[in-house]
Amino acid sequence: MGYLKKKTGVYYLINAVLVFLLFFVLLNLINNRIINRTSTQILTLICINIILAVSLNLVTGVLGQLVLGHAGFMLVGAYTSALFTMNIGLDLKIAFPISLVLAGLMAAVFGVIIGIPALRLKGDYLAIITLGFGEIIRVIANNLKITNGAMGLSGIKSLSTTKNPSPMFIYAYALAALTVFLMFTFGRSRHGRAVIAIREDEIAAESMGINTTYYKLFTFVLAAFFAGVAGGVFAHQIGVIDPSKFDFNRSVEILIMVVLGGMGSITGSVISATVLTWLPEQLREFSKYRLLVYSIILILVMLFKPSGLLGRYEISIPKFLDKLFARITKKTAKTKTGGA
Amino acid sequence: MHLLLTKDLSIEFGGLQALKDLHIEINNREIVGLIGPNGAGKTTVFNLLTGVYLPTSGAMRLEGNSIIGKKPFEINRSGIARTFQNIRLFKNMTVADNIKVSMHQNMKYNTFSAMFRLPSYWKEEKKVDIKAREFLEIFGMEDKADQLACNLPYGQQRKLEILRALATKPKILLLDEPAAGMNPTETQELMEVIRRIRDQFNIAILLIEHDMSLVMNICERLYVLDYGHLIAQGTPEEIRTNPQVISAYLGS
Amino acid sequence: MDFFNHIINGLGLGSIYALVALGYTMVYGIVKLINFAHGDIIMVGGYMVYLIMVKWGLPIWLAVPASIVICAFTGMLVERVAYRRLLVHNAARISLLITAMGVSIFLQNAFMLIFGTDPKSMPPLFQAEPFKLGSFELASTTVINIVVSVIMMIGLNLLVNKTKIGKAMIATSEDSSAAKLMGINTNRVISFTFAIGSALAAVAALLYCNTYPQIKPSMGNLLGLKAFVAAVFGGIGSIPGAMLGGYLLGVIESLTKAYVSTTLTDAVVFGILIIILLVKPAGILGKNRKEKV
Repeated sequence: MGYLKKKTGVYYLINAVLVFLLFFVLLNLINNRIINRTSTQILTLICINIILAVSLNLVTGVLGQLVLGHAGFMLVGAYTSALFTMNIGLDLKIAFPISLVLAGLMAAVFGVIIGIPALRLKGDYLAIITLGFGEIIRVIANNLKITNGAMGLSGIKSLSTTKNPSPMFIYAYALAALTVFLMFTFGRSRHGRAVIAIREDEIAAESMGINTTYYKLFTFVLAAFFAGVAGGVFAHQIGVIDPSKFDFNRSVEILIMVVLGGMGSITGSVISATVLTWLPEQLREFSKYRLLVYSIILILVMLFKPSGLLGRYEISIPKFLDKLFARITKKTAKTKTGGA
Repeated sequence: MHLLLTKDLSIEFGGLQALKDLHIEINNREIVGLIGPNGAGKTTVFNLLTGVYLPTSGAMRLEGNSIIGKKPFEINRSGIARTFQNIRLFKNMTVADNIKVSMHQNMKYNTFSAMFRLPSYWKEEKKVDIKAREFLEIFGMEDKADQLACNLPYGQQRKLEILRALATKPKILLLDEPAAGMNPTETQELMEVIRRIRDQFNIAILLIEHDMSLVMNICERLYVLDYGHLIAQGTPEEIRTNPQVISAYLGS
Repeated sequence: MDFFNHIINGLGLGSIYALVALGYTMVYGIVKLINFAHGDIIMVGGYMVYLIMVKWGLPIWLAVPASIVICAFTGMLVERVAYRRLLVHNAARISLLITAMGVSIFLQNAFMLIFGTDPKSMPPLFQAEPFKLGSFELASTTVINIVVSVIMMIGLNLLVNKTKIGKAMIATSEDSSAAKLMGINTNRVISFTFAIGSALAAVAALLYCNTYPQIKPSMGNLLGLKAFVAAVFGGIGSIPGAMLGGYLLGVIESLTKAYVSTTLTDAVVFGILIIILLVKPAGILGKNRKEKV
């Protein structure tokens, strides 16, 4: 095993093919109106939540630090992106992607500002201080003129139109795929190992030459960056944003996706983000029970499977096919030799 | 110039003088032992040398340069590596990965190369994989490379602790009770390995140990600590017959 | 003279914080857990009084003990159902934190569904004349708050230092394995701690409803957070610390409201939290605990 190029290359290829295949299928269904506008919105939202979940998973699952203000970074990204496209006077097709980069960078800056003091703390204190910072961001947004206070921003233009319903979905899907890819490549590298080592035993990691302060901050800021990008897409998807959309409840919803899917499992976060975005939409009538149900889920998962449904394992389709293939060839080899 | 030197090294924990005026010198390729009754402050010495604790007074020098106030990771990169008394392996990582973490500081590819899988990533990862398995061969543990560290039997976990510290390419290796929980055969094997490591990697070794057969056999010099004070130093022969040492261990 | 008034009012407010902070600090002292859900016990207390007095029209001398008992029971139930298993299995800190959050969200949403999200008015609980001291006039609520909180604290002090169970609490918080070996039923001690902490929160709820006669499902959030800041300020895990932190925070808040700005008071409280955590996380009276290497 290890990171040998030969076998992994094939795995990469299979995964890439599957991702592209799914993309083209969905794209076609959307463009041919087989998937309607509402469903397209849900798909786009799923992709946005995937980005949020896998980025939080990096900090909470891989690094192992509970962080409660993730929605705050989403807010920063959303407003940065919206204010940019609304005021820059460029064509949206050009302004939008630029705004997303700016959204990520701005969120990253906030990540640095918050991370440097906050990451000196551990465990409970870190959770509370990040909770507080998330709330502070929301309160500031509620009171600034530039963000239009509690009223928020409206009329944010989307790239998708009735004639061309797919652009937002394309962006969201592509970004989700890219984020998932980058989370994998980061995790399975020397940097990822350093981060996991910090989670496993910070003192031992530091004694083996890992600059723990740097890596904790880096991970935190990286997660903030992606949350900001997700916020930017979100703002342009729903067209109207206000600080209440990025409150503590939002942070909790993202946390549940990570916790339920498996802390440290990227595929786990993808799956639970998908399910937990799609399901509430189907059960709209029960939306007032949502948080109650979520809280019960949280408690049950922590009581019976604290590492989450997938734990730290990843679902790997190429690996599954590989094993399947190996089993089939073993069977055919046996029958060829006429059985035992 | 000594490889490692402490002078009047002292540390106080809120009224308790854990260590007072410690003076030790280690030269390259020496195997030195740090012994003394339980609670004498031996692990405290290790914690000071690796930057986990900050001394209240005194000096610590590695190759002539002061290491006081340096962070643990900086001290490790300067050349001091240690194992822990209660094993602190990265439990949910594979055996090989535990060692690869130690090799992190000597790898060069940056985050961008990692995230976009540039050629430098593949090249270095392959190198590091081979090197990690080579380290495992020192203790004959190559076959365990892909197992989770927490699944290893106790004796092998201790060995992995040592390999992990060794993989940081130190100039001096601090071993904290490496033979704890080992049977006589394993202890014998450990002795040979320690000598082999010293010869092969050209480093100094300072070890804390309670197993006197190991200590007397393998250490060229000994420092004896009791209640935070250095009460004796010398060759194993000298120490064995030193009346102060004897009374410290047996009580008076 | 106005200044003195603000201080006294601050002490009155701080009494409530102190009572709640005690719950945080005792639970943290004994199981090293920040009970996120503690603030919501106040909410439970408030709604119980509302239910008993407003909905069922029963007199106050029934409502007071009933709400205290119910809150104590709720606290114990939460510990038994949500935390016990994780504590026994030595689960990762992060799991306990998440569970605590889950309980908090559960309580708030459950009460929201049962009673509705709109705030409910409460009748005045303890009628009294404003207290006159020379040329001073103190609101009855302030006096009641301070007196009750002092009585509670004296009682708690006696409980912890002079009774068998109190000593068991101290022992369990110092070293629970050793306590078990000494024959202490640590599970029962932990339950008891949660019960006492929740009972104090119930008293705080009564004082709070008397002072600000309005309840809503989210009332535990801000109050709980401020009480938590008080506990950390004074030194989490330290009972005198919680009392000190509570009163101090109340005074600081009262002075900020009077001399700086009302809208900024919450920000100041939160600022205090950030500063303590970064400068002296052990708080005023707390001890620095270093991890043994």
